[in-house]
Amino acid sequence: MKAQNQYIKLKNGSPILTADIPVLSYNDFRVQTIKLLLDFDKAHCSNYFAIPKGIGFQLIVIIAADVNHDFLVFSHQLLSIETALESLTQDHFAFHIFEREIHENFNIQFLNHPWLKPVRFAHNRADQSKQIANYPFYHFDSTEMHEVSVGPIHAGIIEPGHFKFSCHGETVKHLEIQLGWQHRGIETLMLHKKTDLQRTLLAESITADSAIAHTLAFVTAMESLSQIKVDANLNLERTIALELERLAIHTGDLCGMCTDVAYQLGSSVFNALRTPIINFTQRWCGNRFGKGLIRIGGTHYPLKEGLKSDLILVLNEFESRFVEMAEKTFNIPSVIKRFDGIGIISKINVGLLGCVGMVAKTVGYKRDIRLSHPFGYYKTVEFEPKTCISGDVMARGFLRYQEALQSIQLIKTMLELHKSELVSSKPDYKVVLNPNSICVSATEGWRGEIIHTALTDQNGQLEWYKIKDPSMHNWKALELSLRNIEISDFPINNKSYDLSYSGHDL
Amino acid sequence: MFLDDLIIVKHQGKQFIKDLTKASLPEIFRGIPQISDKAINAQELIDFCPTAAILLNKNKLAIDLGKCAFCGDCQMQFPNKITFTNQYKMATNNRDSLMVYQGESKEIKVEASLIRKEIQSIFNRSLKLRQVSAGGDNGNELELGACGNVNFDMGRYGIEFTASPRHADGIVVTGPITENMVEALQIAFEAVPEPRLFILVGVDAISGGIFAESTALKRDFLNKVHIDLYVPGNPIHPLTFINGILELTRKKYRR
Ligand code: SF4
Repeated sequence: MKAQNQYIKLKNGSPILTADIPVLSYNDFRVQTIKLLLDFDKAHCSNYFAIPKGIGFQLIVIIAADVNHDFLVFSHQLLSIETALESLTQDHFAFHIFEREIHENFNIQFLNHPWLKPVRFAHNRADQSKQIANYPFYHFDSTEMHEVSVGPIHAGIIEPGHFKFSCHGETVKHLEIQLGWQHRGIETLMLHKKTDLQRTLLAESITADSAIAHTLAFVTAMESLSQIKVDANLNLERTIALELERLAIHTGDLCGMCTDVAYQLGSSVFNALRTPIINFTQRWCGNRFGKGLIRIGGTHYPLKEGLKSDLILVLNEFESRFVEMAEKTFNIPSVIKRFDGIGIISKINVGLLGCVGMVAKTVGYKRDIRLSHPFGYYKTVEFEPKTCISGDVMARGFLRYQEALQSIQLIKTMLELHKSELVSSKPDYKVVLNPNSICVSATEGWRGEIIHTALTDQNGQLEWYKIKDPSMHNWKALELSLRNIEISDFPINNKSYDLSYSGHDL
Repeated sequence: MFLDDLIIVKHQGKQFIKDLTKASLPEIFRGIPQISDKAINAQELIDFCPTAAILLNKNKLAIDLGKCAFCGDCQMQFPNKITFTNQYKMATNNRDSLMVYQGESKEIKVEASLIRKEIQSIFNRSLKLRQVSAGGDNGNELELGACGNVNFDMGRYGIEFTASPRHADGIVVTGPITENMVEALQIAFEAVPEPRLFILVGVDAISGGIFAESTALKRDFLNKVHIDLYVPGNPIHPLTFINGILELTRKKYRR
């Protein structure tokens, strides 16, 4: 019996005692991990990380069971850094990035990992002799191949990353992406900061394009660790903000995609359409990205009656203009030619990489926290994610269009349920956390699942804070999409993924 | 086919803001704050601010907008003590003028006397800028991108972002300047032909913001450059940036 059930089931945002996490021998840990992840439709790895514990480390894995709303959590206690571990990556590739991260931070050795390269050159990395300027890029020893390096600074107003293309003529054979340039040490700061407001601001600054989604994950973790109950109305407001964020960024990305294929009309129109949405967010809370809106335990910016009618007008006006432009965009031959069949990521590769969110949905996996591990408003409804099947630029564009429409519908439904006359409580700036506990808090940002894991010590102080942006899984998909396509198709591919640098680098 | 394009254009209507120097933002927008004389526990307020932007100077409270993350929580927690106005024109070339003192209704502007001579004569018709994100959270980056969109259309003044620092007249920095990015930033800056502007955009760039004490930053590069403009915000509003640039490079926009 015991061998079958050596994990603890956790619901999204419900804390347990850290001591209740089963500790397995490494062999059992490994066998169980691989076994649980055999069926890509049923489960994926949400996070895997190490925490210094006693003289060694506790390795904790969080597996998202996608069908029954559970996170399966179990661990291994590594007593000595001298003990090398057989890597999980050799059996399940999704672990590649997590093992690299653990290795970089703590110098834990993984045997037979294909490449234990640095992830982000974290300021507190175990091996300070490794420098970001000397990243060990993969190199073809060939007289016919050439390399193209781009970055870290790119030709646009975007964040930095270093991309190296190994090409045969115009065809990309291999792309390797080196990140870490944006590393600010957020996870360390989370522990060192003194006040809850400081930590909230850190969560808002993980990546501003997902400020709502990340801050929501953070405040949910804090609220559940301090037994603060949030009323249904506030949950609605937060979810409305989350869907507005999705709507605004998806629209902005459609603009970017049109720009990259030189479709000027789509570019201008989608660009202009994003504005009324973020301007509404500004009228709601004073900030176009919703910074200031999400706070622990309450809100300073209730969604008053006037704002609600304002939002309905904005959405109605938006929807007709948006649909008209999107229908045109996805039917115009010059756009189709550049979107269709370009930058395909196969379903099997998405499964192997353990990709989440948009990338998983563009090949048909219904991997969406709103369905699999519902939070807030989604606990009360049957949510059905939109999916595509082709895994190409077209799918990534079209999914945005469909999800944007879905967000509008969701917001309209929520507005009907929301009661402006109910007053939510004010934010709580000093919460008391349960001691010796762990909480896994997940939200579905527009890119995909965001997981914040908080652990407290015996005094109820934060002992560890782990942030996982969906980009952590998904950057590899962009690399694979580039294989055997023309290097000139890189910009549109990159834009169609629009992965986060700051969310990855932390 | 061309007809549907025209219909789409018609349905979109006019989106551009006519006069960017006179546009107004909703009252709830957090621009320059005011600090009243109301009696409160000053230490409590100082400790409350997440970025140590509030300080006591000769018994008067002050907010340093170079450190303020514009979270707005202080005005909620200490109502009638701190009130943010919607005044978005707050870019300046004088770091000291980002201090807003108790009791004053502060005007923050680019000061003519501090502008380097060559700036005005060379950059007053056309200006190309290279943006470098050095740990930015993508908020300022998106807002700088928005400066050129159909609403704000900064391009009408001949001001644009360019890809190569060689084609640029200056560097615009976002983010708190991470150790990992500082070398690339320096190389980009040196690649810009002189005279060149150096502009800090957003609280993170100006002071490190919420990241100020992080050991993952390396901000000493800033000691070696002349900073031509500070643009406060978190992220900055496009109007703050555009008006700041106009004031810096063109006499007629100066207040
Ligand atoms: S608005 Fe500025 S001054 Fe007030 S608490 Fe926030 S960061 Fe501090």
